[in-house]
Amino acid sequence: MILAVTTAEKYVAGAYGIVFLVVLVYVLIIALKLGRLERELEELTGRVRERREAEREQREEVSVG
Amino acid sequence: MRLRTSENPLAALAALAGVLIAASVALIFFYVPTDADQGFSQRIFYIHVPVALTAYACFGWGAWKALRHLWKREPGADLESYVAIHQGVIFGALTLLTGSLWAKISWGHWWLWSESQLVLFLVLFLFYGAYFMLRYSVEPGPARANMCAVYALFGVVLIPISFLAIRLANQLIHPVVFTLQGPQMAGSMFLTFCVSLAAMLTLAATLFHVELAGKRIDSRMRELRELLA
Repeated sequence: MILAVTTAEKYVAGAYGIVFLVVLVYVLIIALKLGRLERELEELTGRVRERREAEREQREEVSVG
Repeated sequence: MRLRTSENPLAALAALAGVLIAASVALIFFYVPTDADQGFSQRIFYIHVPVALTAYACFGWGAWKALRHLWKREPGADLESYVAIHQGVIFGALTLLTGSLWAKISWGHWWLWSESQLVLFLVLFLFYGAYFMLRYSVEPGPARANMCAVYALFGVVLIPISFLAIRLANQLIHPVVFTLQGPQMAGSMFLTFCVSLAAMLTLAATLFHVELAGKRIDSRMRELRELLA
């Protein structure tokens, strides 16, 4: 079946399609940014954990000595 | 996992935007009658005009936040102003793109330099586009926030000029739908337009809050990184 599309319909589809596409790209950019923030948060959490462990080890060394 | 919209206003706003967008698409393609003059292509009106008005609203909101920054020194107002202008530029670009498509099918031209409404909107868009050049060419801090706020306030003057240009211009190719006598369209068309406008404004508000939350987290993360360094 061949669907006959008029020129006006093509332009209307184009206008709505552009808006949809731009919003989609925007959401994609936000999603990528969210992923980056998640990775950074993980890295910072790891750093805080390492620092705490180092502090605990230091404290243990002091109490033994 | 249940989404509690009462505890998360942003989720509620996003859900409302989704419902309104679905309703406006249904109204545009299944309810509103085809325009006798322009035919099917007139349906671009229901996306083009709400997108343009949303762009004006975003620029206006950006200017209001800029004023709050300069006047009350409201914390975070600079960031809110920046995000609102960013949204405005996105919706402005969409206005120019959808308008160009409508112009091509209706007037046979992608762009008409003789139309003051078009040219003034382009000037407004470029003015706010240059806002980012200013913002990213200055070191972050109070000086940058003040400069950007003043710039955003200057731009808001262009909004009424751009809006009124269509009514003041002598050469009228661009249609005038909203006059002092009220909207020049059928009730069903006006209802569809109102739903589409509400959908666009809610979508912009949702995107504004999402972007703002991202920017705030980003800045707090930077602070945390500096503290841990």
